[in-house]
Amino acid sequence: MPLFEARGVTKRFGGLTALHGVDFALERGIASIIGPNGAGKTTLFNVFTGLYVPDEGSVTFRGQALLGLRPDQITTLGVCRTFQNIRLFANMTAVENVLVGMNSRITLGLWDVLSHNRRFRRSESDLAARALGLLDRVGLQANANVVARNLPYGDRRRLELARALASEPALLLLDEPTAGMTQGEAGSLMRLLRGLVADLELAIILIEHNMRVVMEVSDRVTVLDHGEKIAEGSPREVQASPRVIEAYLGRRGAAPRGARGA
Amino acid sequence: MTQTLLSMGLMAASALGVATFPRSVLIFLLFQGSLVFVYRARIPELLRWSLLVVALLVLMPVIGYFNGYYLEVATQVGIFVVLALGLNIVVGLAGLLDLGYVAFFAVGAYSWAIFGSPHANIIFGGGFPLAGGWFYPFLLVGLCTAAVTGILLGLPVLRLHGDYLAIVTLGFGEVIRVLANNLDKPINLTNGPKGITPISRPPTPLGLPYGEYFYFLVLLLVVVVVIVNRRLEDSHIGRAWEAIREDELAARAMGVPLVRMKLMAFACGASFAGVMGVLFSAKQIFINPESFTFLESIGVLAMVILGGMGSIPGAILGATVVTVLNLQVLKGFSLWLNELKNAGVTVLGYSLADLPTQFEPAKYERMVFGVILVLMMIFRPQGIFPARRRQRELTTPGG
Amino acid sequence: MGMDFDLLVRIFPEVLLDGIILGFMYALIALGYTMVYGVLEFINFAHSEIFIAGAFVGVEILLGLQARGLLDGFPWPFVLLLALMAGMAASGLLAVAVERIAYRPLRGAPRLIPLISAIGVSFFLQDLIRLVESLWRNAFNLVYPSIDALNLRLELTETMDVSVKSLVVIVSALLMLWALHLIVNRTKVGTAIRAVAEDQAAASLMGIDVNRIISLTFLIGGAMGGAAGVLFGVQYGLINPYSGFIPGLKAFTAAVLGGIGNIPGAMVGGLVLGLLEAFAASYLSLLTGGAFGAEYKDIFAFSALILILIFRPKGLLGEVVRERA
Repeated sequence: MPLFEARGVTKRFGGLTALHGVDFALERGIASIIGPNGAGKTTLFNVFTGLYVPDEGSVTFRGQALLGLRPDQITTLGVCRTFQNIRLFANMTAVENVLVGMNSRITLGLWDVLSHNRRFRRSESDLAARALGLLDRVGLQANANVVARNLPYGDRRRLELARALASEPALLLLDEPTAGMTQGEAGSLMRLLRGLVADLELAIILIEHNMRVVMEVSDRVTVLDHGEKIAEGSPREVQASPRVIEAYLGRRGAAPRGARGA
Repeated sequence: MTQTLLSMGLMAASALGVATFPRSVLIFLLFQGSLVFVYRARIPELLRWSLLVVALLVLMPVIGYFNGYYLEVATQVGIFVVLALGLNIVVGLAGLLDLGYVAFFAVGAYSWAIFGSPHANIIFGGGFPLAGGWFYPFLLVGLCTAAVTGILLGLPVLRLHGDYLAIVTLGFGEVIRVLANNLDKPINLTNGPKGITPISRPPTPLGLPYGEYFYFLVLLLVVVVVIVNRRLEDSHIGRAWEAIREDELAARAMGVPLVRMKLMAFACGASFAGVMGVLFSAKQIFINPESFTFLESIGVLAMVILGGMGSIPGAILGATVVTVLNLQVLKGFSLWLNELKNAGVTVLGYSLADLPTQFEPAKYERMVFGVILVLMMIFRPQGIFPARRRQRELTTPGG
Repeated sequence: MGMDFDLLVRIFPEVLLDGIILGFMYALIALGYTMVYGVLEFINFAHSEIFIAGAFVGVEILLGLQARGLLDGFPWPFVLLLALMAGMAASGLLAVAVERIAYRPLRGAPRLIPLISAIGVSFFLQDLIRLVESLWRNAFNLVYPSIDALNLRLELTETMDVSVKSLVVIVSALLMLWALHLIVNRTKVGTAIRAVAEDQAAASLMGIDVNRIISLTFLIGGAMGGAAGVLFGVQYGLINPYSGFIPGLKAFTAAVLGGIGNIPGAMVGGLVLGLLEAFAASYLSLLTGGAFGAEYKDIFAFSALILILIFRPKGLLGEVVRERA
């Protein structure tokens, strides 16, 4: 049984079919979804995480159907995501952002909070320690108490990652995590992801435009164009596929490389 | 060192001043100002809190002995401090603009008013009023009924945002007011505009007179509510509320259950108002729908805004300033103006006695609230004592 | 069944007329809310006071004429027109001033901030009117002087007659609405307003002075409100600085009912709400045997507001607001 499986996902907005019968499955490792702008990649993520309800198809995680569940319920099950345009809690500090990410794992009740009993105090110190640990992992420990809106761009992406990790997911969905980063920053983020997969038994699905990153870090690449899956396979295979080349560059042109897709 | 001497000196001097000139509003204001000074002065924490405790537990009741009205003002301030702290949870922490907050206050007040007065006999045929001692458990009853009302209000409005949420809560507040005004038929629940009276009061411990009793009770409740607020703020609940206020979509994606958290915010905020409602009706002995109008809701909002949204010291300061403005400054101004009129004083050749009789400064609370709201929004939206975070949100550019 | 069916039928034409008058008034006030929301996506909470300010200016004009014994001397259309123009001008200018002072500095701020400011302005204006009238006239609960010609009743059918006043109110309202329709749809200014409502950035790139158009929107919306205020005073007689609040809230309900930002929607919403309210006020007590009477008509409107916002926030004719990025 695959960890995550989506079958025949179709999503229409009025007259526009954003996704058409898309199949996707992941067992472990890092899978990338690529495709020209407007291909439907973020829409697919939105379907996976419960933001959109598909018109057709099924999505299951660890055998459990995700359709009809609310986003917060899906996160509690173990699937967490980041956003294309970073959505941090701008006026909360880095640590606080990460702590919110842990919300679904907290079992305290109102009474614990009001009475400040031992259970509460122990939980809070545990959470704080774990949050700092996560920040450390993404390299933000020095900025733990900086308000999120004051963090430099690259740090904000890392913070989003740390926050998503805070919910202890088994599957992480990252929407363009290297957007706006230099090649160096992107590379180090990818190394970080590889480390996470190894240490935390995490599976990751990436939406990416940075081809170098995609080719280096992915175990498997899926290509979407106009809402349909047009290719899937190892990075090498996809890179050589004529259909993929055509999708990116029209009838003529070389393999997609480096810069953002057309 | 100077700050230490100043703080002690100011407090002592102004307290003495009030004892000597009990009628002078200005000196009493000075006393209150000295408390704010002590709160902010750079003095050792132990001294700060000792001074404040002495001021509130000893000096204030003594001042009350010289002028009972001041104790009444202090008690009212306390009531509004709790209301402001309650609204602070809904508006300041969770970011839900509730313009009908007074409805919860009304629910609490009527719950004791109905059962703690002979009025319930009309509905149940006998056995009422409940003995005064029932007041204490009814504090809990008021808390619960208000919390339930909060949840009932919250349920339908959960999906609304910003402006629409505000208007719907306003409508809800108005509905409660009209109901209070008209539920005297077919069953007489609220006795309509005539109000309910006499409402029982609890027996006081140690034979304290009621003025002092309610003052200390309110003080106790303020302390409890502040502690509750603090604990909520510094917990996953408080963080979830702030996350919802910052970015609801992201909060949900991070596992925050929106429905449950918003309802909890409404319920918690409402419960504070409910408790104070019960106290209010026991203290006033008489309540009617006039005490629970949109004006009161906006008043409490003005307090939260003035003090600082999401800030506990802010809510306390805001409640104090606005209540004192209305109960003392405006009223004092009215009285002073009357004295001047009677004395035949003229200003720039115009005799004050010729001022129209309809002009009573004491009635201009709305203008006070209005000016506060507009000026604060334009010049200092984060409030006088901003919540640590709010300050950053509203002053750094970028919106 | 105990219901006097005959009575229900007999009062129907009267109730209908009441509903239409009320409806037109709500429509005129609703226009102010909807135009401002269309252009700024902001509820001008203070519009209820802009409306009642017009009523006060109107009453001052009429009382002034009355004091000089001129009220019944001049032909009543002239007197009424004078009051209307004065009320419209005053309200329009007041709206522009409010926008400049209390809203423009808050243009970029998070949405709650200008809303709170608007609430503040609303409260401030209520007491400002009270202050001005207290000092000027030593009274702020004012009664519109009655004009003899308007109190005549015309016979429509053998069982029904209607006062000239009601007809005048209806005709005036219709003229206003038609004038607004012309302005918004047939003039350059109106096109500019619609452009700014749809996409502020694009409109400014096209050379439209957005600030000027916003001021104009407030001017026109405010003037409509002021006209409604004068008509309100003429029709119902008694005004005080606080009597704008409830009609304002109901007119906002009407605007949302018709689709906020949608000008024809405001007119439709106003009429629908006016009719619903008139029927509720008259029939509710008859239908419930006196248990729930006309006092509940306010709850009726508020409940309608709550229900619409929850279940169909786009209103009957659909929202017309800016494209969101």
